[in-house]
Parts: sequence; structure tokens; C-alpha cells
Amino acid sequence: MTEGDLCELSISAAQKMLRCGEISAVELTNAVLERIRSKEPEINAFITITEDLARKQAQQADKTIAEGSAGPLAGIPMAIKDLICTKGVATTCASRILEGFIPPYDATVMERLNAAGAVMLGKLNMDEFAMGSSNENSAFKITRNPWDLSRIPGGSSGASAAAVAADLCLGALGSDTGGSIRQPAAHCGVVGLKPTYGRVSRFGLVAFASSLDQIGPLAGNVEDAAIILSVIAGYDPRDATSVDKAVPDYRTCLAADVKGLKFGIPAEYLETEGMDPAVKAAFEKATETLVRAGAQCIEISLPHTDHALPAYYLIAPAEASSNLARYDGVKYGFRAPDADGLKQMYALTRSGGFGPEVKRRVLLGTYALSAGYYDAYYKKASQIRTLIQRDFAAAFEKCDIILSPTAPTAAFEIGEKTDDPLQMYLSDIFTLSANLAGIPGISVPCGFTENNLPIGLQMMGNHFAEDSLLKAAYAYEQQAGIYEKKPVI
Amino acid sequence: MKITKQEVRHVAELARLDIEEKDLDRFARELGDILEYAEKLGRVDTTDVAPTSHAVEICNAFRPDLVTKHLDREEALKNAPEPEEGSFAVPRVIE
Repeated sequence: MTEGDLCELSISAAQKMLRCGEISAVELTNAVLERIRSKEPEINAFITITEDLARKQAQQADKTIAEGSAGPLAGIPMAIKDLICTKGVATTCASRILEGFIPPYDATVMERLNAAGAVMLGKLNMDEFAMGSSNENSAFKITRNPWDLSRIPGGSSGASAAAVAADLCLGALGSDTGGSIRQPAAHCGVVGLKPTYGRVSRFGLVAFASSLDQIGPLAGNVEDAAIILSVIAGYDPRDATSVDKAVPDYRTCLAADVKGLKFGIPAEYLETEGMDPAVKAAFEKATETLVRAGAQCIEISLPHTDHALPAYYLIAPAEASSNLARYDGVKYGFRAPDADGLKQMYALTRSGGFGPEVKRRVLLGTYALSAGYYDAYYKKASQIRTLIQRDFAAAFEKCDIILSPTAPTAAFEIGEKTDDPLQMYLSDIFTLSANLAGIPGISVPCGFTENNLPIGLQMMGNHFAEDSLLKAAYAYEQQAGIYEKKPVI
Repeated sequence: MKITKQEVRHVAELARLDIEEKDLDRFARELGDILEYAEKLGRVDTTDVAPTSHAVEICNAFRPDLVTKHLDREEALKNAPEPEEGSFAVPRVIE
């Protein structure tokens, strides 16, 4: 195998070759590091590359494989969104305010990846504090879409999706607050899964909106996503919102069979203004594929769909404004010099450290929580959230999986929407309801526009139904066979 | 919905943000647009609908009241912009 072939391996294929000694973890890691060296200048996915650490972990993985004590991800080169704390490795959240911050501890997901033997290649770019849908809100760099370098990779886990698509890693971790794993996965033609709220520990995930945030995998195919999820999922006493529920081996849940499965298509989603006809066509073709394979597709209703976006854009900024109060220049990160007194130091630090979108959301959230407005905005939005949850509960009485496009359009041009925050927010229209309801969602590639840009199909399942969600996604993927196509870079 | 520059200034003060004069208009307009979009929520009847406090049903999470492992002082101070005598030093507090 050439180095290039090694980089294109799926996690499951690499696992097999590593186990039988056909390749070594060091070989595989070196091949991917070489690929990063040659392609990173075009893609701009990494904020930090941890080359030495990766080589060390790969050697360690080879040792465990030889001893027969290898974990499930032994020797698999992965990359991590830069808002997941990594002990001893800078974690910036793509923000100036965290420049120089070196976490003194690992996030729980990192402990789990390390215990499973994964190799960490580095930390990936994102929208600052995960606020954005294009990666253009990073304070450091703009990540490019491997399918078209003039376009955004999506966001906020844009570089996680781009790195997987460009074979700069075999799998990645991202986080999803309103679609931040699924939308970039759709735009980059990879698989991205947001688990049920509480399925994966958030300990060590830098908080954006605590009632919505969830860590999840991005990978080249559904099986790989299942492998990663099995490693990172599970109860953690350090995250009081993680749920104590057994974690199945999700890979064993996969079967290329959708017979008897009932898919619900929300009528309201298809009426969305601004949906690209190519997205609609690819979605219709995907439903036909499922029906041909023996699934049933029925129309369902999610009556409060129209209210999800405004409810989200009150709840998420409100939570963000309190979560981001901790960046005060005292305990870590950037501190503005030469302030006259503490209060001025706070203001100068925060104004110098945060970018415009973060300021916008902190202002909006502070407004929505301020005296006299709390009932009209935050409380009202939280009540609407309950109605949205009821919509989903009613829908899951009628169907097993809810089906929709992941995003209303394919990846847009860099700079196209930066002047209009509201237009940017609309790219999450199909994804953010899952966060409000706390349910899992996955995006799988389902076609291409005529400009050869990937389109994603979203499947949403009931709380903790990741097993049936992954099974349905896997069955669709096997039927459609689209995941095999790669970008040319 | 119209948000005035004065309101932006007030909220910025609450959020400890120093917004430059030239940016006040833009933030006022953008916040106004977003809040106007949110006004459609007001038209939904939510009488007797409890606000969501948690997306997944779980009960209170209690743990035994025991001392566990925690960061030691030196490590906790490692990232501080200005550590001093085992503490976080800050500029003058009382004005």
C-alpha cells in the first residue's frame, strides 16, 4: 500500500490491518502526518498539530497490539475539535481570549480515547466558541471545504468535517449545539452524529450552551462513527447531566436492512423557504432508495418547526452569555494590559479577546436575561422548547426515524453570508430542533449538486435510540453507496 | 423591533464588554433584527406550558459528600496571567 492509500483507510479497515500486523500504527500515523504536511496549507484545518505526541502514541499502540492488549481504537489517527480540553496541549476554542491556555486535565472523552489507544494528530479549527455555521468566525484561520476550496466547510465543527473529508485523519470529534456536527458533515460529504443529550460526558468540553451541547463523532462512514461513539459514550459522575444507561457496542447494531422501519418526513421541513432544489431532489431520491429497500416513508407533522430557530437563538445566546462570563482575564487566557482598575480590566479583556459573533451573542443573551425581558424572551423560548419536545414525542409514536435534509443548501462561498447573521443562522434550520428536544441526529451523504458539492441526509431518532439510528443510517449508506466518492485535492 | 444605541450600551455594560462607538449602530441593528424575528414566539399560546429545564428526563444527581482528587494550587495557577504568592493577582478593585 502507498502512503496515500493508507490515509484513505476507514477506521474499521485500519483496525483489521493493524491487528493482523499488515501495517503498524507508526506507519499509519506517519502516512497521515505526511498527508497533513502536504494538504494542510490548502485546507487550514488544524490550529495545533501534535506530531511528537502522535508518534509516541502510535509507538505505544504498536506495543499494545503486539502484546494483545490493544484497545478498540489502538493506532487510529484522530483529530479533536479545539474546544475539548486536552491535558498539556493548548485548547483555544479558536478564540484570542484563550490563547496560551493549556488545560491541566483531559476531558472525559479524551480519557476514553486515550484508554482506547487512539492517536491524536492535533486540534481542529472551529467557529469561535462554536458560534457559527461556516468556520469564518475563527480568530485564527478560515478552513476550506475540500470539495471546493472557495467554499466554507460548514460549522462550527467545520474543520473536523474537512479533515475527515480530506483524509487528514481517520476520524474526528466535534460538538453540536444546534447542528455543529451534522451541518459540516453534510457540507463535506462525511458522516456526523450528534448523540442524545446526556449520552456523552461534557466534562472538559468548553461550554457554549450547556443544555444543548453534545460531543459526537465525525467519520468517513457510519460504521466508523459507531465505533467512535461506543468508545466515548457513557455515564460520567463529573457531568451531572450525563445519563447512567448501558452503552451497547453500536457496531453490532448495524445491519444493511431497513425492512419494516418507518421513516417520518416532517411536512413543515419541505415547505422551508430558501431550500436549494438540488437538496430537495437529493432528499427525494434518498427516500425513494429507502422505500425501494423495503422501508416505509410517511408524512408527519412537527407543528412548531417555525418557532425552533427563534427559540434557539434566545436560549443558546442566553446560556452562552452566562457561560462566557468566566473569561475575565483572571484565571487563564488573555488579560488586557494597562487597565485602570478591575472593572476596566474585565471590559478591555473581553472586548479585546472576543470576536464580533461572540460579542453579538453575549449581548443578545444578556439582553434576553436582563430585568424586565426574562419572561418575554428566555422563559417564553423555554416554554416553546417544551412544545417542540412534545411535537417530537408525538411524531415518534408514528414513526421510528425522522428524515430530512441536513441543511437547506450545499456549502456556500467564503464571505457570502458574513454580513447577515440571520441568514447564517438559517443554515441550521433543520438541525437545531434535535438539540432543543435532546434527541440524537446523524447526517449521511446522499448526493451532490451539479457543482459536485455534497448534500447530507439527516436522520433523527428518539432519546437514546442511537442503535436504531445508526442501523438505519448504515442501511441507507449501503444502499446508496455514495460515501465511496472522495474530493480531489 | 428597535434597539437603541443606549440599550446596547447598557447591555454591554452588564456583560462587561466595551463596545466602540462605531460598532454601536451595527449591533443595535443586528440585535433588533434577531429580536424582531423572535417576536413570533409571543404569538404562541404557552399558557400552562412548563418551561424546559432539562432535555432528557433525569432526577437530581447527587454524590457522596467526600473529598476527592482536585487540582493542586500550583497547577491551578499555571495558566493565570498574573499569579502572585499562590493567588490570582488583579488590578485595583476599589475605585
